[in-house]
Amino acid sequence: MQRIWAMIVKEMWAVLRDPKARLVLVAPPLIQLFIFAYATTLDVKHVDIGLLDRSSGAHSSELVSRIAGSPYFRHIVPFENFGQLRKAIDLQKVHAALVIDEDFDARLARGEPATLGLVLDGRRSNASQIVNGYVSRIAGEMGLELLPPRMQAAAGGSTVTNWFNPTLSYFWFTLPSLVALITSVSGLAVTSQSVARERELGTFDQLMVSPLRVHEILIGKMVPPLIIGMLNGSIYLIVAPVFFGVPFTGSVLLFFPALFMYMLTVIGIGMFISALSQTQQQAFLGMFLAAVPLIILSGYATPIDNMPGWLQIVTYADPARYFIVIVQGLFLKAMPASVVFSQLWPLFVIACITLSAAAWLFRARME
Amino acid sequence: MAGPVAPDSVASAVGITKAFGPGLPALDSVGITIRPGKVTGLVGPDGAGKTTLIRILAGLMSADAGTVTILGGAPSERLDDIGYMPQRFGLYEDLTVRENLTLYAQLRGLPGEEHEAVFGRLYQFTDLGRFQDRLSGKLSGGMKQKLGLACALVRTPRVLLLDEPGVGVDPISRRELWAMVGELTEQGIGVLWSTAYLDEAELCDDVYLLSEGKQVFTGPPADLTRRVDGRVIRVTGFADRRRMALTEALDRSDVIDGTIQGRAVRLLIGPGVPIPDAEALGMGSDTLIEPAHPRFEDGFIERLGGGPKGTSALATSYREIPPNDEPAIEAQGLTKHFGDFVAAGDIRFTVPRGEIFGLLGPNGAGKSTTFKMLCGLLTPSEGTGSVAGHDLRHAAASARASLGYMAQKFSLYGDLSVAQNLDFFAGAYNLPRARARQAIERMVEIFDLGDRLSVNAGTLPLGFKQRLALACAVMHEPPVLFLDEPTSGVDPVMRREFWMHINGLVQKGVTVLVTTHFMDEAEYCDRVTLIYRAEQIATGTPDALKAQAGALGQIEDPTMEDAFIALIEEQDRRHTQGEAA
Amino acid sequence: MKLPRVRFSGRRLLALVVKEFWQIVRDPSTFLIAFVLPMILLFLFGFAISLDSYGTRVGLVVQDSSAPAMRLAQAYQHSPYFEVTTSRSVEPLRKGMIDGDLRGIIVIPADFGDGVARMQPPPIQIITDGSQPNTAQFVAAHAEGVRSQWATIENAERGVSISAPVDVSARFWFNPELNSRYFLVPGSIANVMTMIGTLLTAMVVAREWERGTMEAMMATPISMGEFIASKLLPYFVLAQFSMTMCALASVFVFGVPFRGSVLTLFAISTAFLMPALGLGLFISAATKNQFVASQLALITAFLPTIMLSGFVFEIQSMPVPIQLLTHVVPARYLIPALETVFLAGDQWGLILPNIGMMLLFGAIFFFLAFRFTKRSLD
Repeated sequence: MQRIWAMIVKEMWAVLRDPKARLVLVAPPLIQLFIFAYATTLDVKHVDIGLLDRSSGAHSSELVSRIAGSPYFRHIVPFENFGQLRKAIDLQKVHAALVIDEDFDARLARGEPATLGLVLDGRRSNASQIVNGYVSRIAGEMGLELLPPRMQAAAGGSTVTNWFNPTLSYFWFTLPSLVALITSVSGLAVTSQSVARERELGTFDQLMVSPLRVHEILIGKMVPPLIIGMLNGSIYLIVAPVFFGVPFTGSVLLFFPALFMYMLTVIGIGMFISALSQTQQQAFLGMFLAAVPLIILSGYATPIDNMPGWLQIVTYADPARYFIVIVQGLFLKAMPASVVFSQLWPLFVIACITLSAAAWLFRARME
Repeated sequence: MAGPVAPDSVASAVGITKAFGPGLPALDSVGITIRPGKVTGLVGPDGAGKTTLIRILAGLMSADAGTVTILGGAPSERLDDIGYMPQRFGLYEDLTVRENLTLYAQLRGLPGEEHEAVFGRLYQFTDLGRFQDRLSGKLSGGMKQKLGLACALVRTPRVLLLDEPGVGVDPISRRELWAMVGELTEQGIGVLWSTAYLDEAELCDDVYLLSEGKQVFTGPPADLTRRVDGRVIRVTGFADRRRMALTEALDRSDVIDGTIQGRAVRLLIGPGVPIPDAEALGMGSDTLIEPAHPRFEDGFIERLGGGPKGTSALATSYREIPPNDEPAIEAQGLTKHFGDFVAAGDIRFTVPRGEIFGLLGPNGAGKSTTFKMLCGLLTPSEGTGSVAGHDLRHAAASARASLGYMAQKFSLYGDLSVAQNLDFFAGAYNLPRARARQAIERMVEIFDLGDRLSVNAGTLPLGFKQRLALACAVMHEPPVLFLDEPTSGVDPVMRREFWMHINGLVQKGVTVLVTTHFMDEAEYCDRVTLIYRAEQIATGTPDALKAQAGALGQIEDPTMEDAFIALIEEQDRRHTQGEAA
Repeated sequence: MKLPRVRFSGRRLLALVVKEFWQIVRDPSTFLIAFVLPMILLFLFGFAISLDSYGTRVGLVVQDSSAPAMRLAQAYQHSPYFEVTTSRSVEPLRKGMIDGDLRGIIVIPADFGDGVARMQPPPIQIITDGSQPNTAQFVAAHAEGVRSQWATIENAERGVSISAPVDVSARFWFNPELNSRYFLVPGSIANVMTMIGTLLTAMVVAREWERGTMEAMMATPISMGEFIASKLLPYFVLAQFSMTMCALASVFVFGVPFRGSVLTLFAISTAFLMPALGLGLFISAATKNQFVASQLALITAFLPTIMLSGFVFEIQSMPVPIQLLTHVVPARYLIPALETVFLAGDQWGLILPNIGMMLLFGAIFFFLAFRFTKRSLD
């Protein structure tokens, strides 16, 4: 026990006193907090839209003013002719352009349906779809109001309720997921350096001739990243509600065991990389190689449902997949214990596999 | 066109001062002259400023003050005439021997049609022809050194700057390197050879001795040794008590330095005092005192005001290791294969309690493999070994708990403070809290670490790193110590201090296993074994090995290095005969 | 320092380039970055990242057993956008919403049939999983789309045309099928070029310092210009090679159209490699340590290329300070140019200004790199 304690203290100091390790510790969390929280939004706002209004009647003006009044659009750029419009789209001066035909007002006045043309930049297909949605909604609402009330009723409608995140705030999505990302990256970074650093600096032999047993060394090396990960997780647990207004609806008593289990899986991966690497450089590349798929396949970047079937199967091996569900659930969905456990046991299995693989490789590469 | 060059100098520097940040300057007003056709030695322990001076001479750094003239111009104007081999040889490890040579030849503008002729000459010169297509990263230390030298010679320079070419190279390679440099000086090249080994200084024509950035001595090496002429004595006749004898002698006020040489003790007597006779030394009636040949190191030590005194505070406070009939270290047919390659074959020896045993051999011969098997870093493929009665295979952890380990390279945690390193090793060796505190206090006092407890270990001066490493290795008072080239690059005073502690510990019953190709260290051993091509080719006391070599090569009074080389050459001869037969 | 006495020598440069070539081939980590990582990134972006929601799993609660309700339910079941789990009430589906199995619930209310009969259908209820806002928006839009299409047909069958008076006819230029792969795959070329141009270059130069070969180089008559050129040329060629491989894979594996000219593509990638290589050289010259250099390259080049280039995330939607920050990310100018040359063709009006900005940043980074690469160990 005392040996393990000595090992843990030493590892903690090694992480805190090595300027390179500090870089790993401080830079990624800060960058992730600021850049990820603010930049990684699939929201579409401040859209510049072009306008080729050949009708110039009351209805078309009404439509344009409704669009101008919408919070999603920033500038409306008028065009004289279609050539200008084409050029503006080609050069991405505007994201989309409305084309209102000459007979737009006339048809509406006659009570006939009129068509509003909308040209969108397909190079940015995701944003274009959302812009299309905005315009369709505004045009639809305006059209409906033109109908006699009886007809309006016959068209029916729908009400939309967004559970867990009523205003669809992106922060509510990003910050809980960041708990998973930040703990993965810092856990991997610290763990993957731990053995490689000793090899590179020549202290590895010194460690191996001491009476420390392999499991003591491994535990000693796992505790600091575990502590750092738990600490990072706790900080986000406070920062997200206090500074970003993201609610934490679940139980803290479920959050920490889940975080602990997830850290074990990540530390297992990190230790495996570290045991494999001869230098810190290699360990860094290995970490990078592991972190990118870990994050991309977790369902954070885009929903797992959108991936091809064979790749969806691969995601079952990604521990972040389960942890993302847990953190999103505990933050926003008041996830009950039973659901947390249903995500926790795959994490447990993965943790067993990664940790034993790491221990095996560490032993195998001791010579 | 070379400018006007004084006939007796190809390179010179005057009043060179260079400081990195605050504190002591790395070089403090140092001057040097390299003469054509001569080997100029730049001698001093690690951290003395040798590398900085060479880099300034090569034009890679600018001095804060002073002037450098190479063949009448500034270094950056004379690059074509400077051959430079940096400490790590400047080789591309992913390139083969031939590719490295080609690269440097082209960079130095050697015309393509001359390549073959020059390479042929260099291959012959360095004996690397057989390895042309081998990646340079896969060469042994000695071969890398030769290749580095070859790369510096592709276009015959007029000044050759060699930064510590002798480091990490076994005596054979070192001797070959000297022979090569000898050929170069015959062609009129001025060679600067920097080294931390004082015995190499004796081979130089001129010596510039640096210590902490200051020039301590300048001139032919004989000028320094002449000062101690007649004051060096060799004392014999107390075979079993030589360590005790040395300790007692060193504690005398008229003895300023002493070392063990096989069964003899070599003493340097202070200036102006009579040479003590046998009676005065009080070492018993058999004591025989004879004058010894003074060496460069004697001169250096005297310059520094003598070596440390004899009694080790560490040993005084160390526990007495209980006597035991069982051998403290035992190797029984230790063998290690890596695939088809036999790294060590059937190594056998036993070391009784309270002895120093040395593993000697060229690089890659198998001594490190043997050493690593005994301290549990490698699992033997065959054979068994034991340390302090613990079998290596079945009780590896208890075996490890009873040994202290000190590596050649500084291998403590550089980013941890001195105190944190001590705390860690106390914990790693399971010292109970109270004992750990006591042990740390004792180490801090003995090794004078008190002022530096919160300093990062990596930034300590070399001598203190050495002390800290020893402190961490002995804090748990192990009965067995493993030392891997413990004093390479350390200044001679520090080295003596280190061996004073080791000698003291051995008198308390500690057993020491040391690997080295540093012949001074070999002399401290009670017995040594010479490992060559994975086999033990000779085992015995240093004197026995020297006698054996003397008989083989008809060398009069051979040194340990002579013995080393003679025994290996003999083995090669037998090997070739065996193949021929 | 004085100006180097030596003139630029093509032969020395060639010797250095040949050396670099062997190192690329023989060093495993170089190989990894130059060949393995680009492929992994390309395939991850090609397959794993997709913003196109088809087959999103939703719950369907039909509280009414009337014929119209059944017909609407069928419309949802047949929609390609949804994979439907049916239930009688919302409660059993709640667990699915919580554990992320379902992304939404569509509720057809109990009086739906009656309402349709009275020509006053009550609104259906769409519940989305707001924890994933982008998906939630698509679920809401598609669910309403399916319903209104159904309503139009249903009414038409009864002879009532309720087709909306204002109908939006949207045309998505360059990518009518709205395949997100069309912009993600070309965009990943930016990542690959950043890896090789910045990360790898920073590492190989730092390695020369670390292994002491820089010292030996400096003692030979080579000029720093030759040294820098010997690093630029091989990695420039390597990055172009990887770019070509990725472009070929985009077109032939992922079916992305290529409407511009090959020459334009090379002009764009060449322009981008200037800041990428310049930054790599600058980082290595400033740090002289492989590990720190690779960390910095990751933070200053790789992450911004993904996050701040407009590659996945819309720059115009970011807060203003971050939008300003994107202007110093060279990849911000590469992404629109790449998307355009693939999907829209050679639109020089858009491509040229972007090339100009990239070259400007290239010049700045090169200036810094030269300032920091001194022929001296001081």
